[in-house]
Amino acid sequence: MASAAAVLQSEWTKIRTVSSTTWTLISVFLATVVIGGVISAVSNSTFGDLSDVSQTTFDPTLTSFSGMVLGQLAMVVFGVLVVGSEYSSGMIRTSLAAVPRRATFLFSKIGVAGLLALVVGLITGFVAFFIGQALLGDHSTTIGEPGVLRAVIGSGLYMCLIALFSMGITVMLRSSMLSLGILMPFFFLVSNILAAVPKAKDVAHYFPDQAGQKLLQVVPDAANGGGGSYGPWGGFGIMCAWVVAALIGGYLVLRNRDA
Amino acid sequence: MIEVEGLTKRYGRKLAVDHLSFQVRPGVVTGFLGPNGAGKSTTMRMMLDLDNPTSGSVRINGQGYHDLPDPLKHIGALLEAKAMHGGRTAYNNLLCLAQSNRIPRRRVDEVLDMVGLTAVAKKKSKGFSLGMGQRLGIASALLGNPEILMFDEPVNGLDPEGIHWIRNLMKALAAEGRTIFVSSHLMSEMALTADHLIVIGQGRLLANTSMADFIHQNSRSYARLRSPQPEQLRDVLRDAGYAVTEAGGGALEIDGAETERLGELAAEHRIVLHELSAQRASLEEAFMQMTAESVEYHAHTGGEEPGGQLPPGGGWGPEQAPQQAQQPAWGQGWNQGGRDGRRDKEI
Ligand SMILES: Nc1ncnc2c1ncn2[C@@H]1O[C@H](COP(=O)(O)OP(=O)(O)OP(=O)(O)O)[C@@H](O)[C@H]1O
Ligand SMILES: [Mg+2]
Repeated sequence: MASAAAVLQSEWTKIRTVSSTTWTLISVFLATVVIGGVISAVSNSTFGDLSDVSQTTFDPTLTSFSGMVLGQLAMVVFGVLVVGSEYSSGMIRTSLAAVPRRATFLFSKIGVAGLLALVVGLITGFVAFFIGQALLGDHSTTIGEPGVLRAVIGSGLYMCLIALFSMGITVMLRSSMLSLGILMPFFFLVSNILAAVPKAKDVAHYFPDQAGQKLLQVVPDAANGGGGSYGPWGGFGIMCAWVVAALIGGYLVLRNRDA
Repeated sequence: MIEVEGLTKRYGRKLAVDHLSFQVRPGVVTGFLGPNGAGKSTTMRMMLDLDNPTSGSVRINGQGYHDLPDPLKHIGALLEAKAMHGGRTAYNNLLCLAQSNRIPRRRVDEVLDMVGLTAVAKKKSKGFSLGMGQRLGIASALLGNPEILMFDEPVNGLDPEGIHWIRNLMKALAAEGRTIFVSSHLMSEMALTADHLIVIGQGRLLANTSMADFIHQNSRSYARLRSPQPEQLRDVLRDAGYAVTEAGGGALEIDGAETERLGELAAEHRIVLHELSAQRASLEEAFMQMTAESVEYHAHTGGEEPGGQLPPGGGWGPEQAPQQAQQPAWGQGWNQGGRDGRRDKEI
């Protein structure tokens, strides 16, 4: 049995020696921060046009995270490529010959990539928050307000979970193209559309992204926040359950199918 | 030492590998020979625990592949297709593998040097030619300095110089006492490198013999005679002490006999000869004959039946090939295999 420490080191080398890691993670950061900044600035200047209800439920923290709608897609690409490139290049056979224990191989890879996603997610979250608040002017909040720090750290956790979920799905599907083709439209369109349709809403609130986004929300019934009958940590738990399911599914496929 | 025991792989209805049992011993190059689709790559993948066998087992130095600590230090393999990440440099591809098995970093430079890729070590491997990719694969096999090496069609895509290089490499590695297992679908290639032969067709073992025995049995020289007075000729030859075999089409064959003496004998008895020739069966012919019934993908050049007999009147007619009945050691085996193989397909 290969030593776990050695396999972790090897996976870290793998991840830092391909260019896709750099460009996907930079995209995560830029998309989230830039779009969040723009929307914060626009919200500040048009705040007076909002209805009374919208003004009272305005969530400055969540507004500064508006760019995550796109940033999370870059995170999906990161997660998919970390796993999918093993399959598309044929490297998977070389990798598994070197590390025949499927669990050691998979969880080392996912551990390393997940940790990297968490670090980038947290940095992105904090930077997006502070830039967003600076641009929101009078309507901004501070990190010391109740629930705000939880939401900012939550944005990092959310990004990490999105990456882990994408990795689990890709191990199951064994193809980058197929995984991107399913995950991108799902997170960008399907999930958001269903969450806005009256009946479908009740189900959509339990989708991984809808549930996880609860964690980013400070004002409970913010206009662009999620619904559902659970709180921020409830939502986090639901998203974690999805991730665990995807990873177990991925492990079972990896263990039982021919490489 | 690799021990394969009852190894079987079924893809849906198709038996790709069918109860294979053999051993690969250290110190020699063992050739793994079979036509396209015979199941060579599938067998090798199961040896590396990449594919799950339907039944049977493989033991590497007495252990399951799964239980090897740092497997690359025990067995190195070059697989069929390119199996490296193209976006990574040659050096980094090898470094990832080395780290996972606790192999020191300087070994990466060593193997790159051994295969002659030092100059392109920092280049992304997607730009590599077929031959360079093959060399990189060989470097990864050598990385852990393993006692067992497995190469799946290593000469594919190599130029003559590269082929020469890999032949010598395999022989040198075997001379160091390592176990070398190399697949090919070319008998001529094996004749130059292998000391031992394992032949399969449609997933079944057709032969497991030393190269020397194979050559001894299959590259026999013999004389061939045809006459309009065959009975008379046969009696004369028998009286002279020759062991005569009927080769079909009225031809007679005599192992190892000199054509001069036979000609004189016929003249003495005033027997007309239509043919008197010295024949030598090549190893390639022997291999084709052996696997003919288990070849899956035929090129249809005439009216031959798929999976059927050899094309008549080709460059190597069936009369010219050695008679199966004379090699009971493996002759029986392939006959059996061929028939059953065909039945499989019809089900
Ligand atoms: N993943 C798979 N799914 C279904 N059938 C397969 C699979 N892999 C191999 N086969 C079949 O199993 C048989 C053996 O294939 P294999 O690749 O092992 O042959 P081979 O001896 O390596 O041939 P070649 O000389 O062409 O490389 C073939 O008929 C092939 O079609
Ligand atoms: Mg093959």
